[in-house]
Amino acid sequence: MSAPAQASVFGYRVSAFGGKLSGRLDLRSVAVCSVLLGIALVIGLLSLASGDYAVPLGDVLKALVGQAEPSVQMVVVEWRLPRAALASLLGAALGLSGAIFQSITRNPLGSPDIIGFEAGAYSGALLVMVALGGGTLTVAFGALLGGLLSAALVYGLAWRRGVQGFRLIIVGIGVSAMLTAFNKFMLLRAQLEVAMSAAMWDAGTLNGLGLDRLALAGMILLMLVPACLLLARPMAQLEMGDDAARVLGVAAERTRILLLVLGVALIATVTATAGPIGFVALVAPQLARRLTRSAGVAMIPAAAMGAALLSAADYLAQHAFAPTQLPVGVVTISLGGLYFAWLLVAEARRQ
Amino acid sequence: MMDDSVHKNRLYAEDVTIGYDRRVISTGLSVAIPDGAFTVIVGANACGKSTLLRALARLLKPSAGRVVLDGKTIADYPAREVARRLGLLPQSSIAPDGITVADLVARGRYPHQSFLQQWSDADESAVIEAMAATRITELSHRAVDELSGGQRQRVWIAMVLAQQTPILLLDEPTTYLDITHQIELMELLSALNRDGKTVTAVLHDLNQACRYGTHLIAMRDGAVIAEGAPRDIVTAELVEAVFGLSCVIIDDPIAHTPLVIPRGLPAMSITS
Repeated sequence: MSAPAQASVFGYRVSAFGGKLSGRLDLRSVAVCSVLLGIALVIGLLSLASGDYAVPLGDVLKALVGQAEPSVQMVVVEWRLPRAALASLLGAALGLSGAIFQSITRNPLGSPDIIGFEAGAYSGALLVMVALGGGTLTVAFGALLGGLLSAALVYGLAWRRGVQGFRLIIVGIGVSAMLTAFNKFMLLRAQLEVAMSAAMWDAGTLNGLGLDRLALAGMILLMLVPACLLLARPMAQLEMGDDAARVLGVAAERTRILLLVLGVALIATVTATAGPIGFVALVAPQLARRLTRSAGVAMIPAAAMGAALLSAADYLAQHAFAPTQLPVGVVTISLGGLYFAWLLVAEARRQ
Repeated sequence: MMDDSVHKNRLYAEDVTIGYDRRVISTGLSVAIPDGAFTVIVGANACGKSTLLRALARLLKPSAGRVVLDGKTIADYPAREVARRLGLLPQSSIAPDGITVADLVARGRYPHQSFLQQWSDADESAVIEAMAATRITELSHRAVDELSGGQRQRVWIAMVLAQQTPILLLDEPTTYLDITHQIELMELLSALNRDGKTVTAVLHDLNQACRYGTHLIAMRDGAVIAEGAPRDIVTAELVEAVFGLSCVIIDDPIAHTPLVIPRGLPAMSITS
């Protein structure tokens, strides 16, 4: 079915079905992605096994295929699986979203958690919770709407005969600060019970998420991720500048708007599920790029890196100060903050 | 307005009005790119030559009139179809961070690829050919950001060549190159033209335009004021009209094309 791969300066060429399917594989990227996904998987299994009630790895595997005792089954599948799986899934969504916005802005600072889209999604979710007292789906919808509105606001304010990456980032940082202030204000004004649960969620946490949340987030991502991957090629072309992309047949503005909406939808899914988890979207695409040595940011390595990072961060959040459980956002902020400071200095020098 | 021979050409603009936002650059402009020629568009800064090129490449939509490619209004084609017939090297393009020469040239294959067919035999051979033609094969592993200006420009040209379009447009391709690399580039474009490509470039250097161009389009204030073979149209009067520069025209001792020697402007006083 598949022809033998050939190595060259273009990487490995693979083709199948008499050339109807063909592509290039960069061995280094494949290796990096495999290792990262392996790390995410191992950490996931570890977190299924460990906790107040330790489960041997063998029983974990049995539980996953439905062969374990009912009590073990409940601990592993109902209590721990949603959290472990969501860490990987949401991490991948964050990485993907970061890759999209960093590519659109052609800047490593152009990440949804920095330029206000995550804060906007959180505002939307908060408004729904505080004002309407909505359930899971309405909160998710509110997050999406909030994210899209903040994106439209940032895009609109930064527009001057087209959008230039750095201006978008500066405007985005400003909008982000205002939205964060608005979010705090809403928490202060909210009823105590709502404020308490929202404040827990404020830092971004995977604590206490159940199978229903996993199913919902999984379903949404199942629609969003393939749509993103379909746009990976035009996204890469856009990095060369609008003119260069357009003369090669890319519908530049349409592609950018589609990517923007998908990227916001990704970040809104994460925010509606676990709150605003910072810095994974910022860090993952760049770390992945350095490891794969790819040109520009690439979607799949960024997603794999995001999955590994958030899994690792959540494992730390669960176990570093056990029995105290930290919100995972605290861990990502602590680690990502250092990177962010370094990046700001590096970017300031480059400008 | 246009005689019938114009309509035989694959690419022409018909009575177009073009500009940016509310600023109109050209009104009712009609101009054809002769098939098989090496056309050079010359004119003073801001005379609308790059704007015309952008309109011809469908980067700019005329507010009136139309650009015709192969007998059909260019706006009616799918974007990828245009990109298979016509390539353009824009004035400024950005090489993604850390991209290798081979990868950048390979991006020129985009209009020939699809989601399922991302890298065919034809893609690979087109890229290899394009790198050979621009003599960058040895650089193929290198990162584009490490190259010199001349090498980098050859890489961009290779990318447009990999696109394998019969028509090639270039917007000031020699800017930022030293004299040797400028000549090298012009010789390359000339060779591509002799191989059968229709080449059109916007250039600043009138003498290079005369030496290498087979067809000259001289523009001023958004209008074409003369066009034809350099030997037929380049006169002191034309240069005066296009650039406002007084000059003498002599015979280029090497290429025997018109050579423009400026007389200089009225003496300028620096002290007040």
